[in-house]
Amino acid sequence: MAKKAQSTLPNMVVSLTAIALVAAAILAALNAITKEPIEQAKTAKIKDAVGAVLPAFKNVEDRIVEGYTCHVATDSEGRVVGTAVEAGSDKGFGGHLQLMVGFDAEGKVCGYQVIETHETPGLGAKADQWFQKGGKGDIIGRSGELKVKKDGGDVDAISGSTITSRAFLGIVNEAAAIAAQCNQ
Amino acid sequence: MKTKDIIKNGLIKENPTWVLILGMCPTLATTTSALNGLSMGLATTFVLLMSNMVISLLKSVIPDKVRIPAFIVIIASFVTMVEMVMKAYLPGLYDSLGLFISLIVVNCIVLGRAEAFASKNNVGQSALDGLFMGLGFTWALTLLGIVRELLGTGCFFGHSLIGGADGMLMMILPPGGFLALGLLMALINHLRKRA
Repeated sequence: MAKKAQSTLPNMVVSLTAIALVAAAILAALNAITKEPIEQAKTAKIKDAVGAVLPAFKNVEDRIVEGYTCHVATDSEGRVVGTAVEAGSDKGFGGHLQLMVGFDAEGKVCGYQVIETHETPGLGAKADQWFQKGGKGDIIGRSGELKVKKDGGDVDAISGSTITSRAFLGIVNEAAAIAAQCNQ
Repeated sequence: MKTKDIIKNGLIKENPTWVLILGMCPTLATTTSALNGLSMGLATTFVLLMSNMVISLLKSVIPDKVRIPAFIVIIASFVTMVEMVMKAYLPGLYDSLGLFISLIVVNCIVLGRAEAFASKNNVGQSALDGLFMGLGFTWALTLLGIVRELLGTGCFFGHSLIGGADGMLMMILPPGGFLALGLLMALINHLRKRA
């Protein structure tokens, strides 16, 4: 076996520096390769979400309103068919909850998709189905401020997950306000 | 050390999960489904294999007193590679494993094998040790994931086996992780001792 390098100061400095430099060079190269696919994956995810929460459309135009991105969808004649807004809240049970919410031209909810969730599996995480059309807390086609029954509203909260449901409806209300502003 | 012994050590005799009881944090956190457990195991296997090989190659030029920082830099580089590639080409999987991929850096199995095996053995044996320790970790995580997913949601790799059943939610939550891990560990060690 080759003689082992002694722990002298020059040896230690040279070996650590060399290892760190090589590692940095390899990672920099890989970063250059993966940067574009990572961006594409992110854009594709947003595009998919916009498509899923809005009725059929031809074009999408992004507008920034108060720091939120509004995806305004128009049909072939340029009429607005709906607006999708991505909004989030830190009031979820497990931390941050991020949604894409779609509204039609009259400001009614026409769909939503959960973008990021840390809610409890089997309880709060049911939010991805619960508020959809036909779900127990169906909010599709609704407009105006939405509240759970416990807070004096009329939306059924997810059983055992009032905190998640409150955070969820809070985000929908916020997104509705932004969408309304966006189309003024 | 014989090839057969290295393989047997990683898979059964010194299995990182069931026998050495290392890396419990990702074990409990990522095994909410079989697929997550399998992916986490394979990501760790890749890091183990590569870091064991590189560390074994460099063992004579790394002075003893700085070996731990040197090992960590090498391990962290491979973990970052896995993370970037996964983010770019498997974004869905990255979303569900997320933080735990970065945490492979501090997984004690990886540094443990570097210190206990790769820094003392040749490249071929170190690669074999990394691969089979990783596969040992993978089968343990996959089995745990299968058991928890089946009891918790009634699904096997995402396919529902029991129509309309909700399953025992607790098995997906952290207490279920501890329960399943403890019971499986008892069972496997019982079988291992009888064999």
